[in-house]
Amino acid sequence: MTTETLDRIATAVPTELARGRGGGGPASKRVVVAYGFWIFILSDIIMFSALFAAYAVLAGNTAGGPTGRELFNLHKVFIETLCLLLSSYTCGLGALSAERRQPARFLFFAALTFVLGAAFVVIEATEFAGMVEQGAGPTRSAFLSSFFTLVGTHGAHVTCGLLWLVYLTAQVMVKGLTAPVLRRLLCWSLFWHALDIVWIGVMTLVYLMGVG
Amino acid sequence: MLGKLTWAAIPFNEPLPLLSAVVILIVIFALLALITIKGWWPYLWNEWVTSVDHKRIGVMYMLLGLVMMLRGFSDAIMMRTQQAIAIGPSQGYLPPEHYDQVFSAHGVIMIFFVAMPLVIGLMNFVVPLQLGVRDVAFPTLNSVSFWLTASGALLVNASLVIGNFARTTWWNYPPLSELAFSPGVGVDYYLWSVQISGIGTLLTGINFVATILKLRAPGMTYFRMPVFCWTALATNMMIVAVFPILTATFMMLLLDRYLGMHFFTNDAGGNQMMYVNLFWAWGHPEVYILILPAFGVYSEVVATFSGKGLFSYRSMVLATLGICVLSTMVWLHHFFTMGAGADVNAFFGMMSSIIAVPTGVKIFNWLFTMYRGRIVFTTPMLYSIGFMVTFVIGGLTGVLLAVPPVDFVLHNSAFLVAHFHNVIIGGVVFGAFAGYNYWFPKVFGFTLDERWGKAGFWCWLVGFWLAFTPLYVLGLMGMTRRLQHIPDPSWRPWLLVAEFGAIVIFCGILCQIAQLYVSIRTREQRRDVTGDPWNGRTLEWATSSPPPAYNFAVLPKVETIDAFWEMKRRGLSTAEPAYEAIEVPRNSATGFVTAFFAVATGFALIWHIWWMAMVGVLAAALIMLVSGWSDEREREITATEIAQLERNRLVPGQPAE
Repeated sequence: MTTETLDRIATAVPTELARGRGGGGPASKRVVVAYGFWIFILSDIIMFSALFAAYAVLAGNTAGGPTGRELFNLHKVFIETLCLLLSSYTCGLGALSAERRQPARFLFFAALTFVLGAAFVVIEATEFAGMVEQGAGPTRSAFLSSFFTLVGTHGAHVTCGLLWLVYLTAQVMVKGLTAPVLRRLLCWSLFWHALDIVWIGVMTLVYLMGVG
Repeated sequence: MLGKLTWAAIPFNEPLPLLSAVVILIVIFALLALITIKGWWPYLWNEWVTSVDHKRIGVMYMLLGLVMMLRGFSDAIMMRTQQAIAIGPSQGYLPPEHYDQVFSAHGVIMIFFVAMPLVIGLMNFVVPLQLGVRDVAFPTLNSVSFWLTASGALLVNASLVIGNFARTTWWNYPPLSELAFSPGVGVDYYLWSVQISGIGTLLTGINFVATILKLRAPGMTYFRMPVFCWTALATNMMIVAVFPILTATFMMLLLDRYLGMHFFTNDAGGNQMMYVNLFWAWGHPEVYILILPAFGVYSEVVATFSGKGLFSYRSMVLATLGICVLSTMVWLHHFFTMGAGADVNAFFGMMSSIIAVPTGVKIFNWLFTMYRGRIVFTTPMLYSIGFMVTFVIGGLTGVLLAVPPVDFVLHNSAFLVAHFHNVIIGGVVFGAFAGYNYWFPKVFGFTLDERWGKAGFWCWLVGFWLAFTPLYVLGLMGMTRRLQHIPDPSWRPWLLVAEFGAIVIFCGILCQIAQLYVSIRTREQRRDVTGDPWNGRTLEWATSSPPPAYNFAVLPKVETIDAFWEMKRRGLSTAEPAYEAIEVPRNSATGFVTAFFAVATGFALIWHIWWMAMVGVLAAALIMLVSGWSDEREREITATEIAQLERNRLVPGQPAE
């Protein structure tokens, strides 16, 4: 494509809409913030990919200790997955209510999301505690080190997401659904959905493939 | 109470580190005393420490990089001297455990705390100006990035006085870096300082990708962006793509060391080669993260001082993005000797050779830009030409090393050391110096002295070749890297030449210090009142030198590449434009306070002072809560204020303030 063609496209589109090619000048704050946060999420997913790679390399290195097949309980994982995926749905409903400036509905869905997320964290914590009790803690073998680190890092993200949700809910109650608060909620919901995507990877690569 | 920290951590019985520590502390206290006596604290705090202005942050990054370069260079000259003395019966003056710290610190400092701050500093100052906008996407985050980088640098330097630094080379490979073999605090100093500064760098990457893709002057389409912005975009995309790998890798090593896990240990199924792979999956793109902005600087400098537009702008952009993609597919060439097999080695060998192609495209573009141009041989232009000569040779030795059978012979030899210094000094460092000389008048409003600048350039160029040509030869003679003692006396003449080269480089540094001193002293004669001292082509020259806090009173309208050149060609309007109110970010102490607690937390974790680490983490959470609550991060400058400021600013001969 020549410069001329590209330029024509840039000027043909109304300046308000031509954000992508920069014809319209700097984008709005909401766009910039959400875009920056997207890039942060990408970087976070790359960090997870390094942990996934480490897990893939070390999954067989059980050093005579327990294997995934002996340790994983798919029933629990199923409930965990259900909680997290449902919480993403309620998070989406909450985000829609916020966009429509319905604070009461937002608070309801935020509370529901929190409960589902907290249930996920509690189930994971009990799973970890049970494994440590059986002598299958993170220091037992390279496999378990990488398991606890990968799954634990995801769990830590979910925990941070829950704390962040509480904090943002407080902001909504104090300040109402103002533009800055809405921007922060947008980032939070992006974060929450991204954790779902990572969990799908964890569930498949760690649990399903570990047992199968 | 203080974890592992006791008086034994202070090297009272080692004269060399103790002496340098005392000298550094005296200098620091003298500086602090001077600032206090002169009453500069409010100025420093308001105008610099809490500033979120990308220009100020850029200057602070450059200052950090240049100061740390002195530290890294003193490590270098210590190593050269040791190798020149410790031959045959002599053991030299550095015992092995100290020498090992010196070469580890040299690598870590030069990569993380010299090269990175220099390129990030240039990008900070230049990119928003070239894009014709008022700041980066997230100004406060930018300040946090800088202060986290500075925190890492502070921790590395603290290891000089309190405890010791890693003796595990700058890659810090396990199992040597595992607790079983490195039980001291050295490796922890390395890991936490790089981890903290790495987070700062990642935030910079996010910030600049968002800035370049979402904040540009009206009309600045992608293919109207200056090449430096393209290279900055490529670099920051790579930062976002690879720094998380480094963070994850160091996290795993830290888990091994602190919680007894087994990622990279010898026992319980750990895998050391995974560390090597992950490290270089970051490490190889890292060298392109450093070199691409330097390529951008050369593109700007060569075009400006040839008085011509850059030859084949589009192929330059494509070559930049090509390098960006290819750089993530070559990491295995750092360890062909691992034994991955012929197929794997062949693939990575070929990829490594292919990456020379876009680089070659760039070299030809610069040469064709100069062809039939009216070349002005200023200091930045000399660095650019010096780079082209030096870098091509460094690139060719790189292509040699990319051939696996050759690499098996030269792996870990002095030849390799010569190669990467050839590309890093000849590429990144020369680029940083070219950019420093080129943009200095824009930053401070007066040009740098050319005579001292050129003297500095010639010392660096000649010194570089004197210092590193012998290492190529020595590598071929069989000398491995990182030798504390030289077993073969026949290597002595070459090592003496290398030592002499390091001294010539030192003269270059002295010339640069003299250049700065002379330029500041004679600044009134060298004021840049036009804002455009070099007859520039891009938008940073369209505003005054130094630019006001808001960069442009009215955002420029961009219609072509080399937007400012085109504006000048059509004739600059002298009529006063209609000003509108501008929102500028408020100062914020968030960055500095974050850094304070990052240093405290890092130090506490290094020395196992658990309560202090908890306090640091809680404080970090508190900072997030407080800064996450505030809604008023901007203040407005009204249109009348701007009109007033602009009228004062544009009077020729009047220093802009």
